[in-house]
Amino acid sequence: MSDTKTPTHTPVEQTKFGKRAGGPVKWLDERVGAAGVARGLIRKVFPDHWSFMLGEIALYSFIVLLLSGTFLTFWFQPSMQEITYTGSYTPLYGLEMSQAYASTLDISFDIRGGLLMRQIHHWSAMLFIAAMYVHMLRVFFTGAFRKPRELNWVIGVLLMVLGLIEGFAGYSLPDDLLSGTGLRFVDGLIRSIPIVGSYLEYFVFGGEFPGNEIIPRLYMVHILLVPALLLGLIAAHMLLLVYHKHTQWPGPGRTEKNVVGYPVLPVYAAKAGGFFFVVFGFTALMGAVLQINPIWAYGPYNPSEVTAGSQPDWYMGFVEGAVRLMPNWEFTTLGWTFSLNVFIPAVLLLGAFFTAIGAYPFIERWVTKDDREHHLLQRPRNAPVRTALGVAAMTFYGVLWIGGGNDIIATQFRLDIYAITWFCRVMVFVGPVIAFIITKRICLGLQRADKEQVLHGYESGVIERSPDGGYSERHTPLSEVGQYELTTHERVEVAAPPPAADDRGVRVPGARKARRHAFVSKFYYGDVVDKPSRDDVDEARHHAGHDGHELEADEEFRGVGETGVPRSH
Amino acid sequence: MSSELPVQRPRNDIEPAEPLDNPGLPEHLPRPTDVDPAMERRAERQISAFFGLATLLTLVFCVAYFVVPKDATFLGWSALNFSLGASLGLALLAIGIGAIQWAKKLMDDHEVIEMRHPVASSEEDRAATLGMLNDGIKESGFGRRPMIRNSLLGALGVLGLPAVVLLGDLGPLPGRTQFSTVWTKGMRVVTDVSGLPIKAADLEVGELVNAEPAILFETDEEGERVLEGTEALQAKSKAAVIVVRIRPEDITAPAGRENWGVDGILCYSKICTHVGCPISLYEQQTHHVLCPCHQSTFDLSDGGSVIFGPGKRPLPQLPLSVDEEGYLIATSDFTEPVGPSFPEIEQES
Ligand code: HEM
Ligand code: FES
Repeated sequence: MSDTKTPTHTPVEQTKFGKRAGGPVKWLDERVGAAGVARGLIRKVFPDHWSFMLGEIALYSFIVLLLSGTFLTFWFQPSMQEITYTGSYTPLYGLEMSQAYASTLDISFDIRGGLLMRQIHHWSAMLFIAAMYVHMLRVFFTGAFRKPRELNWVIGVLLMVLGLIEGFAGYSLPDDLLSGTGLRFVDGLIRSIPIVGSYLEYFVFGGEFPGNEIIPRLYMVHILLVPALLLGLIAAHMLLLVYHKHTQWPGPGRTEKNVVGYPVLPVYAAKAGGFFFVVFGFTALMGAVLQINPIWAYGPYNPSEVTAGSQPDWYMGFVEGAVRLMPNWEFTTLGWTFSLNVFIPAVLLLGAFFTAIGAYPFIERWVTKDDREHHLLQRPRNAPVRTALGVAAMTFYGVLWIGGGNDIIATQFRLDIYAITWFCRVMVFVGPVIAFIITKRICLGLQRADKEQVLHGYESGVIERSPDGGYSERHTPLSEVGQYELTTHERVEVAAPPPAADDRGVRVPGARKARRHAFVSKFYYGDVVDKPSRDDVDEARHHAGHDGHELEADEEFRGVGETGVPRSH
Repeated sequence: MSSELPVQRPRNDIEPAEPLDNPGLPEHLPRPTDVDPAMERRAERQISAFFGLATLLTLVFCVAYFVVPKDATFLGWSALNFSLGASLGLALLAIGIGAIQWAKKLMDDHEVIEMRHPVASSEEDRAATLGMLNDGIKESGFGRRPMIRNSLLGALGVLGLPAVVLLGDLGPLPGRTQFSTVWTKGMRVVTDVSGLPIKAADLEVGELVNAEPAILFETDEEGERVLEGTEALQAKSKAAVIVVRIRPEDITAPAGRENWGVDGILCYSKICTHVGCPISLYEQQTHHVLCPCHQSTFDLSDGGSVIFGPGKRPLPQLPLSVDEEGYLIATSDFTEPVGPSFPEIEQES
């Protein structure tokens, strides 16, 4: 065997390594039964599609955050004790600052690799949150949140919220001018909570702002509490993913009952493992050449200073925008002052936004009354109202985000800042409606185009001249697979409103509820373009026959079995 | 009733595929590396070259750590940061690309089919679980002994209290601390950088000065700051002020504040009443001052009233006077709380 050029495979237990490892593996298996668990996982199948990598990016940047963050903890001092800086960054030499700020300067200038790790940590935090958002959008627009995955969707929303909190807590730790300004904002936000605001403020900050406690406390939140919650939830997210098995795009051979893809070992493990290194390498390169959060340029926190154009990290921009756009509503009754100008945008709106996202799968279920499991993804166009709602929500978020940068826009484009604010105040309501209408129209148009293609093929680019002199473009029929792919989605029916009374004039109980349901069902499905029927397709095929392109259906073909393999094979 | 109503039921569960039958998994097509041994060997060499490169770059990283000086620069970047980051980043990328290439070009690429199973447990499992649960409950007497059950639930419920009570020392109670600042009658208004007193006569019309209460710069007999560290920051975050001089005829002083200025010199809290940013951008002609955080705009010639933005309360004004030497002094503390609103802000003591 060993003399042939191409080495052949030796079973792992017979290799030198395998023989040596055999003992410990057996020992372990006799104590934890690992082989039984691994058996179910080693060859587990994962379907392949680029959009399935988005969640992976989030996962891998979280790992990068854990690694780089651990490095930073070796030197970072979470203390608000004021000291005199004596490190090697000369412009700040001799200045009074908190230990937190001074130790961050040390990490940036005196610890080799410290700046790199700081920048990797910050970039991967941004990537983490961006990847979660995009991942969430892909899950939303493809309907991957439907039964049985609603809980995983809710876990995802919790991950999102925790990710934002984690990012904000981290941003506040270095105690530079920007992070202090962010904390000042949190102070005002907590104060705005009705009735108990002052007490909460003093409890959170350990007294009056800024106090001595907030950074040590946020440090605990940032390196212990939230990461532990994130880890737990990510573990639950992954376990459910494995248990449900991944969704897949419909296509030849793929059904609701199977998963088609590559086994974990070797292909998926190599691709996913390789992709981890790509993500990590990419963030390391960003850390090498793209400066981020240069805290030495901002200076230590000083409550009477602020830089014009100070901005939070991008993922907080929408909250910032909501706070900027809010009119100044504040009133006092019975001696209590209610600062709705802060409470509504910073607390209520944020809570409502994520609650609505978390509740969406249940809302849709209420409309569709659909209780079956779904493992095939939907193309966004085939759920026009859902897609339109998603784009409307994105528009809402986007307008708030733009509002959060109104000062930057004003100075960059020389516009009037008050005009921008007013524009955004209007657009935050009007924009989503416009987005909804346009998106729905586009989806319906795409559905019609799909139907057209199934029945009449696509434009071939060949112009024909008919005997009577007219010109027409020849249509090439779609391949059978192409036709199949455009017609796999489910046919939907709008719930019919029931009669208010039966034929003997007796009121039908529950009719009001049913009418309400019929109404939302119509809103949801009313305009959906139905896909062609089997007869339509057959007729169109006969029609297409005249230009010699009669499709020969495989005589022996008898559909596919449950596994997705054609029966005729 | 509503469950019997006609609702949308996709017909796919009746007709597994409609209008067209599922054509089945397409035939597996071999890749160039599957059929051409030369291509296969080339891919093999390329992939190991990536892994070799990764090893090399990782060693470069280690060398750079020791040889590149901390203060050297390269194209404007820190040379150390660049060399460490670039070598590490490229090494990681090389490992990743190598692994992905290996999977794509050489590993078996036959798609595999796995069957799904219903997510829900089987009816037998459900029945058995329910049975065991009932056995357990029956044996415990949980249902038959409501007194034990309820007293236990009560005891467990009350245990939530210590968890809350224990947080009592997270911070002091606010008391009336939010209502006052370190300003007192006669305290000098000093510039915020140098701590020098401000002579009324030196201020020009149109000028704005960032100022602080003198106590922030005062030292005791031993030369120690009176307010230090956190205390100083806390004092500053409420007591910071701006001093402006406006032509007296442009000023409309609110009732009762006619003599709070000195020849058109007015003093306001620098802390925005929205969420507490230090306001900063002053427009001489309009006497408007803009908060850079959320653009609340206040008119200093009109008692600090709000012109625009999410802030509600006017900027609190500090009553001014001059001492014998002609320096600006406060004639009292602020007469209203400064900074962002809080629930008790309108409550009299
Ligand atoms: C810490 C953040 C997160 C990590 C690390 C993460 C990771 C992943 C990964 C690796 C997958 C499998 C691959 C994929 O479908 O992309 C996945 C699936 C899923 N994720 Fe996340 N995710 C995160 C946040 C979220 C968020 C914010 C949501 C939605 C609100 C969400 C909802 C889902 C759902 C429903 C699935 C199952 C999708 C399917 O099987 O097609 N996840 N997640
Ligand atoms: S803090 Fe000044 S406008 Fe918000």
